[in-house]
Amino acid sequence: MAVPVAFFAVFFAYPVVAIVGRGLKAGGVWQFGRIGEVLGRPDILHVLWFTSWQAVASTVLTLLIALPGAYVFARLDFPGKQLLRAVVTVPFVLPTVVVGTAFLALLGRGGLLDQLWGVRLDTTVWAILLAHVFFNYAVVVRTVGGLWSQLDPRQEEAARVLGSSRFDAWRKVTLPALAPAVAAAALMVFLFTFTSFGVVQILGGPAFSTLEVEIYRETAELLDLPTAAVLTLVQFVAVGAILALHAWTVRRRETALALVDPARTARRPRGAGQWVLLCGVLAVVLVLILLPLGVLVDRSLDAPGGYGFAFYRALQSQGAGGGTFLVPPVETIWNSVRYALAATVIALLVGGLAATALTRRAGRLVRGFDALLMLPLGVSAVTVGFGFLITLDKPPLDLRSSWILVPLAQALVGVPFVVRTMLPVLRAVDERLREAAAVLGASPLRAWREVDLPMVRRALLVAAGFAFAVSLGEFGATVFIARPDNPTLPVAVARLLGRAGELNYGQAMALSTILMLVCAVSLLVLERVRTDRSGEF
Amino acid sequence: MSTTKKLTVTVLAAALAVPALAACGSSDSSGSSAGKSKTVTLVSHDSFAASPAVLKAFTKETGYTVHVLKSGDAGAALNQEILSKGSPRGDVFFGVDNTLLSRALDHGLFTPYRAKGLEDVPANVQLDAGKHRVTPIDTGDLCVNYDKKYFADRKLAVPRSFDDLIKPEYKNLLVTENVATSSPGLGFMLGTVAKYGNAGWQGYWKKLKANGVKVVDGWEQAYNQEFSGSAGGRKAKGDRPLVVSYASSPPAEVLYAKPKPKTAPTGVVTSTCFRQIEFAGLLDGAKNQAGGKALLDFLISRKFQEDMPLNMFVDPVTKGAKMPAVFTKFGAEVPAPETVAPGTIAKNRDQWVKSWSSIVL
Repeated sequence: MAVPVAFFAVFFAYPVVAIVGRGLKAGGVWQFGRIGEVLGRPDILHVLWFTSWQAVASTVLTLLIALPGAYVFARLDFPGKQLLRAVVTVPFVLPTVVVGTAFLALLGRGGLLDQLWGVRLDTTVWAILLAHVFFNYAVVVRTVGGLWSQLDPRQEEAARVLGSSRFDAWRKVTLPALAPAVAAAALMVFLFTFTSFGVVQILGGPAFSTLEVEIYRETAELLDLPTAAVLTLVQFVAVGAILALHAWTVRRRETALALVDPARTARRPRGAGQWVLLCGVLAVVLVLILLPLGVLVDRSLDAPGGYGFAFYRALQSQGAGGGTFLVPPVETIWNSVRYALAATVIALLVGGLAATALTRRAGRLVRGFDALLMLPLGVSAVTVGFGFLITLDKPPLDLRSSWILVPLAQALVGVPFVVRTMLPVLRAVDERLREAAAVLGASPLRAWREVDLPMVRRALLVAAGFAFAVSLGEFGATVFIARPDNPTLPVAVARLLGRAGELNYGQAMALSTILMLVCAVSLLVLERVRTDRSGEF
Repeated sequence: MSTTKKLTVTVLAAALAVPALAACGSSDSSGSSAGKSKTVTLVSHDSFAASPAVLKAFTKETGYTVHVLKSGDAGAALNQEILSKGSPRGDVFFGVDNTLLSRALDHGLFTPYRAKGLEDVPANVQLDAGKHRVTPIDTGDLCVNYDKKYFADRKLAVPRSFDDLIKPEYKNLLVTENVATSSPGLGFMLGTVAKYGNAGWQGYWKKLKANGVKVVDGWEQAYNQEFSGSAGGRKAKGDRPLVVSYASSPPAEVLYAKPKPKTAPTGVVTSTCFRQIEFAGLLDGAKNQAGGKALLDFLISRKFQEDMPLNMFVDPVTKGAKMPAVFTKFGAEVPAPETVAPGTIAKNRDQWVKSWSSIVL
């Protein structure tokens, strides 16, 4: 408990409070009057309204499209399933700058839709919503599907035997068990879309602005800290409200679930209904996820003088005439992986400890901490980044120019994932099993190792995968944190896109493709890492 | 309860291994710029780039190793420096331009220093010549670029001025960037302010809007997606043959094309340019003052100035610095770029951006 609390106090609460204080204090006195001033501005109100409704719409749309996917991935067995599961997670970690480019190629002028039906969706709200679904599909599939695959199908079968219709059995048995996971997933999607930044900027055009974009502008560009502070507070309140709501639903629904080995629950599709569902989901994945990714690959290979790997070869040189980087762009891959590994370890430590502590204890304080852990997702990267700047500036914590700051900032975003993924499973572990182990003479640590660990191992891996992937593609905070001249992959992509010339554009596409592959491979590895201990319970 | 405690101990032990694990190979960045005065730290924005050989030459000459820290775009990098005023992250800041200069000077970010060799830098770029708090390093021009093929195919004359852009034959051809979020966009707007004055520029934009100007958020999208003349735009089937970009964009189109074309695919409308000047300065409270001064001297030396164009696509300020062939051959001479005094920009910027947004968006 002490470790996560300290981590959050130093690397999150203190910097954010400091930067908000800087904006709301004048001459050492809090100026709360400023809140009213800012919130009275029509442009700000417009931003608030747009932010809220697009987040609601995105969340609903994502759930509608992704829940069937969660079922298919959890309950059906088909060739290439693991690969596909890794692939649908890739979008989640791609930098928005890359996704924006891909979506423009699909929805924009001369894009695929335009060629087929003369439809153009760029600079409409549809482009934003679709990109949000693209990003968050995996969140639902993994959080809901992860639990769904471990629910014992025999419970539903028992209900059927007792005379329930198929739908009734699902509604009364499976749905309540899934509810916390669905709520968690919906909450996450809402948080991400509520604080959406890059997608809105690139696809929405200048007409749409979210709270996050506004905070960025006020802080980074205009240095209008009072306005930024007020907006940060608004975001805080909104996110806090969502989290409170979430905590309440989870508490109402929590029951000890009978978890089983996921390998036993998935079956080959049977019956027309399941086949239709499977094909439908595959079609959605193909159109919504593989197509945009395919556009990137296509453009990275579409070199002058025919298809080939010319752009990839260019990545290994320092570019014509010195180029953009002090190192060949290809080295940014290694940089990114290194940062991401460090961030994953930090996130797993902090998140794992927090999740364990949260399972073991109840009480208002602990519940508050639970919500607190989620807050970094709802606070803009620029607020945290600038907060670091004015707080971590004195020894022993002068980290402003230290490399560790990047993984720390990335871990902040990773921890909530770890906690969210582990908590439902940890909480579902039956307390009596632990008691039984204790009675039989196991030390608490051994009981944890023998009882909890086998059950949560999968969740732990999923959490690690998420944390790693999130760190790999993290762009927001990394950009503001001063870093030595060893850019991460997303930063390098943005930099290449920011220059004229065919080779630069091509290299940006090639790097994006490599990022995609690195993510897919690392997620695939995690999928494969199964210890032989499963199937014992 | 006690489980958690035991766990904590185990985990703490593991936690201590994290830095060790991640430090593998990242030893090159020794973190703080304190301690050894053999390192001089340059804080800059993401676009800063210099050839390793040139930085090595500096080390050879002076004994100082340059450590570069980058953080975000020009505006974000400067604002971070303002926030950490008094205990700066480095010794020299590079990358404050004339649109942001007043803000930096008003916050007292820099210590005055007259760089050696400043006599070779023209007076018209020395915007702080009285106090020498900042030293001009490079210039760049923001201009309308055009797609040569488009105009040749249609036998349409290329626009020659701001006034041409609002003529009916150029309807729906121009794409520009959001003034609030993009520095090329801001520069283009400032160019119109300089050209038509405080009274006339808004009227000009109303006409531009009526003539179908398209506004996107950033340069990347305008240039690589919407503009029909760039490599990226050709692939994306961009349909706007006029874009607000840099005077150095055509050479870049040539340099990064394979095989190299005989002529640049794009050209510059040289009477629509706004001049950006980038400055560097010695940070107030710098730990390594001597190293910082040496670095400033070096930044306007011919060695660094001649290395700059191909790394950052900007023009040198030092007289006698040679431009690479690709620039002299494919670039455009901008005889009389528009300018606005930094103080005027600082005073009116927010108001201008607001009224621009209400007219155009």
